[in-house]
Amino acid sequence: MGQTIIEKIISRHAGRDVHKDEIVIAHVDGVMATDTTAPLAIKAFREMGGERIWSSDKCFLVIDHAAPAPNEGIANLHKMMREFALEQGCTLFESGEGICHQLIMEKGIVRPGHLFVGADSHTCTYGALGAFGTGVGSTELGGILLTGKIWLRVPNTVKIELKGTVPSGVQAKDIILYVLGRIGIAGATYQAIEFCGEAIAGLSLAGRMVMANMAVEMGAKAGFVHHEGLRLPYRFRPIAPDRDAFYHQTVTMDLSRMTPMVSLPHSPQNAVPVDEVEGEKIHCGFIGTCTNGRLEDLNAAAIVLKDRKVHRNVRLLIAPASRQIFLAALRDGTVEILTKAGGIFLPCSCGPCVGTHNGVLGDDEIAISTANRNFKGRMGNPRAKVFLASPTTVAASAIEGKIVNPLSYA
Amino acid sequence: MRKKIIRGKPHIYGDNIDTDIIIPGKYTKTLDLNTLAEHVLEDLDPHFRNRVEKGDILVAGDNFGCGSSREQAPLALKTAGVSAVVAKSFARIFFRNAINVGLPVLEVPHSHIEAGDELAIDLVEGTLTNVAQGKIFYAAGMPGVMVDILREGGLVHYLKKHGDYRLG
Repeated sequence: MGQTIIEKIISRHAGRDVHKDEIVIAHVDGVMATDTTAPLAIKAFREMGGERIWSSDKCFLVIDHAAPAPNEGIANLHKMMREFALEQGCTLFESGEGICHQLIMEKGIVRPGHLFVGADSHTCTYGALGAFGTGVGSTELGGILLTGKIWLRVPNTVKIELKGTVPSGVQAKDIILYVLGRIGIAGATYQAIEFCGEAIAGLSLAGRMVMANMAVEMGAKAGFVHHEGLRLPYRFRPIAPDRDAFYHQTVTMDLSRMTPMVSLPHSPQNAVPVDEVEGEKIHCGFIGTCTNGRLEDLNAAAIVLKDRKVHRNVRLLIAPASRQIFLAALRDGTVEILTKAGGIFLPCSCGPCVGTHNGVLGDDEIAISTANRNFKGRMGNPRAKVFLASPTTVAASAIEGKIVNPLSYA
Repeated sequence: MRKKIIRGKPHIYGDNIDTDIIIPGKYTKTLDLNTLAEHVLEDLDPHFRNRVEKGDILVAGDNFGCGSSREQAPLALKTAGVSAVVAKSFARIFFRNAINVGLPVLEVPHSHIEAGDELAIDLVEGTLTNVAQGKIFYAAGMPGVMVDILREGGLVHYLKKHGDYRLG
């Protein structure tokens, strides 16, 4: 029997041909942990009796979730990460360098065919270039620091075939919100997703990252975007499924009549066409995160905001996903356009996405964000509401002070 | 298993209890587990923290623990005194995290459990008994490696003992 993408990648790392439902021990190509998860992972590693990590070249620590530190407690956790990185000789990305997943991708650390484990649920983003990235908790990560290995159940795969030509103005974020609305928040639990079809073959790497990033919002262990149309700044051998691979389920959707989407509070699966909530007042717009903090996202917002102003009742927060992106946005004039419009640039980090700092919401306030999650309390206040949308929808809504369909700004 | 039978009273919640609601992100950045326990489930049920007693069992519907990979979620529940989580289904990362930190989890198609019932979980047999109603529910099997990790009380103890993963 042929193999799906995930069966192929796990086979290479387990040293034998494997298929769905098998339990295997696999070698990993790299691990990553953030300031939310690394301190507990370091503690677990020590408690396991660990002295030296299995490979200093393959371990990456990133200070991004609350960076720079908003208080002394978190400052001490950052200090603990720096000391561990120095002691073990592994790489530490400091405050301001960027968001973990962006750095691992843009620095070429993860490559097609890799098995990469991160102590962050959105590690599935690496499926954008054909790597098996998956999220784990801190203790699991501590175990990898010790052994270089992880045990896995080879997951089933659901194939999501996206047909049709996507209408102009509809972005990758709209597509994934639409798909998420159809599949549901638990629709791919314990499974891998393969996204394919003409509707996404034309997506940039950034767009593919949006798709793969939100696979975990459907419960998936990994999300792969088929390689047709994939461009990377280095030579690579693409990973493709066998023709006779077994899929647990194939779902086909026609995107040719799609419109921009938003997800309503308090779940990313509450996806509806933006027109259904047009006019909903907002107090905050946020463009950034590991989902939508890339150059093309900032550029898209700048097209909408050029020579316009953010509504006086709205704070528009912008956090580029990495310093490299910020620099590119400085060079091409995007930062100036967005700043003149009234946007507030935050450090290249997760920003207010996890509700720790950098723009926490007040009671009964409403935000529209390019993030991947809008669970109750996500942006720091359980009495606030968060809508999820594309960068253009956030930018257009920030101008009007209410949720609007961005196609009128196209 | 270290403890074969877990007995406790249930705290009953619904579907899709996400990790942000179990322990909000603003509290996760700490190594002090008591801080986590103080805020566990506060946005879902502000009274849970005061009502929960050591040994109690959390009962939920589908997709328990969806969302982020924060291990602080099972740690907050465990530190607050929860002895096990019973759900119709779990999100993948939470399920692994719970086992890894030694919080027993049981994926079981339960029904009609009510506040005030007494529950008994047999981790070896994989059963949930509603003692008050005299009903028994059978759990989905777990991979052997997971059973071994839980038997050792979590991944730290497992790897400290074995130094590596072992199958079968």
